[in-house]
Amino acid sequence: MSTAAYAARTERALADPILKLAIDRTTGNARTKRAAAIAAWPEFPAARELGRDIKDHVIAHLDHYLLEFERNAIASGAKVHWARTAQEACEIVVGICRDAGVRSATRSKSMLGEEIGLPHAMAEAGIERVETDLAEHIIQLADEPPSHIVWPALHKTREQVRELFLARHRDPGTLATVEAMVASARRELRGRFMAADAGISGANFLIADTGAVCTVTNEGNAELTTTPPRLHIVTAGIEKLVPSTAHAMALLRLLVRSATGAELTQYTTFHRGPKRAGDRDGPEAFHIVLVDNGRTRMLTDGLAEMLRCLRCGACLNHCVVYRQIGGHAYGGTYPGPMGSVLTPLLDGLPKAQDLPRACTLNGQCEEVCPVAIPLPTLLRGWRDRSWREGLEPLSVRGPLSLWRFMVLHPALYRLATSLAVPAMRLFARGGWIPRMPLAGGWTRHRDLPAPASRTFMAQVSNRRPAA
Amino acid sequence: MSHAAADAPRVGLFVTCLIDAMRPSAGFAAVALLEAAGCRVDIPRAQTCCGQPALNSGDRAGTVRIAQHTIALLEPYDHVVVPSGSCAGTIKVHYPDLFDPGSAWHARAIALADRTFELLSYLTDIRRWKPHDVALNATATYHDSCSGLRELGIQAQPRRLLAAVEGLSLRKLEGSDTCCGFGGTFCVKYPAISNAIVEEKAAHIEATGADLLLGGDMGCLMNMAGKLHRRGSAIRAFHAAEVLAGMAGGPAIGEPE
Repeated sequence: MSTAAYAARTERALADPILKLAIDRTTGNARTKRAAAIAAWPEFPAARELGRDIKDHVIAHLDHYLLEFERNAIASGAKVHWARTAQEACEIVVGICRDAGVRSATRSKSMLGEEIGLPHAMAEAGIERVETDLAEHIIQLADEPPSHIVWPALHKTREQVRELFLARHRDPGTLATVEAMVASARRELRGRFMAADAGISGANFLIADTGAVCTVTNEGNAELTTTPPRLHIVTAGIEKLVPSTAHAMALLRLLVRSATGAELTQYTTFHRGPKRAGDRDGPEAFHIVLVDNGRTRMLTDGLAEMLRCLRCGACLNHCVVYRQIGGHAYGGTYPGPMGSVLTPLLDGLPKAQDLPRACTLNGQCEEVCPVAIPLPTLLRGWRDRSWREGLEPLSVRGPLSLWRFMVLHPALYRLATSLAVPAMRLFARGGWIPRMPLAGGWTRHRDLPAPASRTFMAQVSNRRPAA
Repeated sequence: MSHAAADAPRVGLFVTCLIDAMRPSAGFAAVALLEAAGCRVDIPRAQTCCGQPALNSGDRAGTVRIAQHTIALLEPYDHVVVPSGSCAGTIKVHYPDLFDPGSAWHARAIALADRTFELLSYLTDIRRWKPHDVALNATATYHDSCSGLRELGIQAQPRRLLAAVEGLSLRKLEGSDTCCGFGGTFCVKYPAISNAIVEEKAAHIEATGADLLLGGDMGCLMNMAGKLHRRGSAIRAFHAAEVLAGMAGGPAIGEPE
């Protein structure tokens, strides 16, 4: 009973064996490495509680920490901008670029940038956008959106990437190895790092007591994006705030292990203000755009716990649905369990109504979440709202209401089951029902065991109740 | 029928709608196990369904009414035992959340939640019971159903019980703690995704080379058994209670009576 758009996206994904191979390779590797990292870290449960408490504290005192951050960022020489919506955020970034005469901007990976539609806004404004994260470079060449929040090109196999580079790179060589592919991307990008007028990054943490912006990467591209150009623009969701560097470190331990299984990323950088007198390099101007885009609404909409999210991707890697359909089928910026909570907020529940429903509520996402976000509970919240707002189709509401009436009337329920059982048995072939009217959702893919000839309650009806 | 001592707990068996309609033998196995573990077992006649389909569909008002019906029905018992992790989880974990804290129904829901147990964990954790003189010459593999595993912490208990069955050897199932793709109404609302998940599960089950697939939740078992049969696998599926009660000589799930 999915919407046609969601059904079409999932069908396309499920029919693509290369996509499945790509998902299995990367998420399988991620699950194995995360499990090893957590097993080697006996303090994980305590660290997880601390991480949750840090985030909850900041969420409860957002007003205080936002102003503290702004004050300290301004003191460091940064310019701080406030954006209520995605559109406002894009207008601010484009406006900064226009004022500074920016023609080309490098960008290091930022899901917030995807969320607010910054790539599109830059194209509209005629600003050349150079994605510098290797995976973002791949999907920019392929003109595709990210399919994972940590590995945006997860949906592509190395074989497909090789084909893409051979077709699109200026000097690809034979690309016989992964190393050769990386080297080709480096040749492609190196000159453009140096030629860019502006570098645009996201933020993993905003440090309130120093006004610094912390980014973590494994490729060093964030540093090359933010250091050579004369302008550095940060776009960050307001939930990225932490009180101090020590708090960022506590969360970083959780983030990196949960994302890749490593203890630390290759590069952890604190960007604080523009180039000072005597600095050899760094941007002349440093702008920080603080983006709300629905976040303060989450505080009052029963989604405050979602503001804990560190964007580690562990819930995606462990989700049985994500592992079958991949990221694009979700149809929003953020896929997987965290995306199924966020997308109805960002894109509206009617459009995203399938996401909270297309979930088995198995709870593995919550189990692996480094800040203990109760994802199944939040997804249930969307289902409740979907029911209240009448988004469930009549084909679901009708039978469910009839069933509920019988459940509340046991004698009627007994009668209905005693009639249904022999009726079902008419379709049985040697104990199994291969197909049956109204059961196509089940029998299209699996056999249905035929019920026994009499229900349990019918068989025990003569049994003497215990004294 | 019961040979329990006078101080034996009076247990209300909530058999679950799926066992009632689809697999009565698992219900009889539950009765036999509870009696063997020294309980006086009663089967409240007005029981129907715990309300999970309504709960998971977002029909909160409907779920509240079903919960009220079930709470009133089950609260007279010392203990309530459910041969399913997800139905026990609904009563134990989700019923209290349906009512406003401080309300009379909330207090009643919590009182019932405290006395409600999933069958296999009740036998081990509360009754300190394990099977005697039960034999089955077979290899089996065990799937941990998600609600029992994550809402109720059931993982070691069924394995401990099954280890006491003579002649039965358990083989590890890769991804035994990964969802089978059932998900209640999920499997019929999103059949193609559910199918892709259970295909993988079935392949892992087949790779164990076990004769039997065992589990503690009828929905997941029907999903996996139905997929195994569609794939032409000879692996037979039972509710773990049936094996523990010495009833695995009868027809497996999907075998004719």
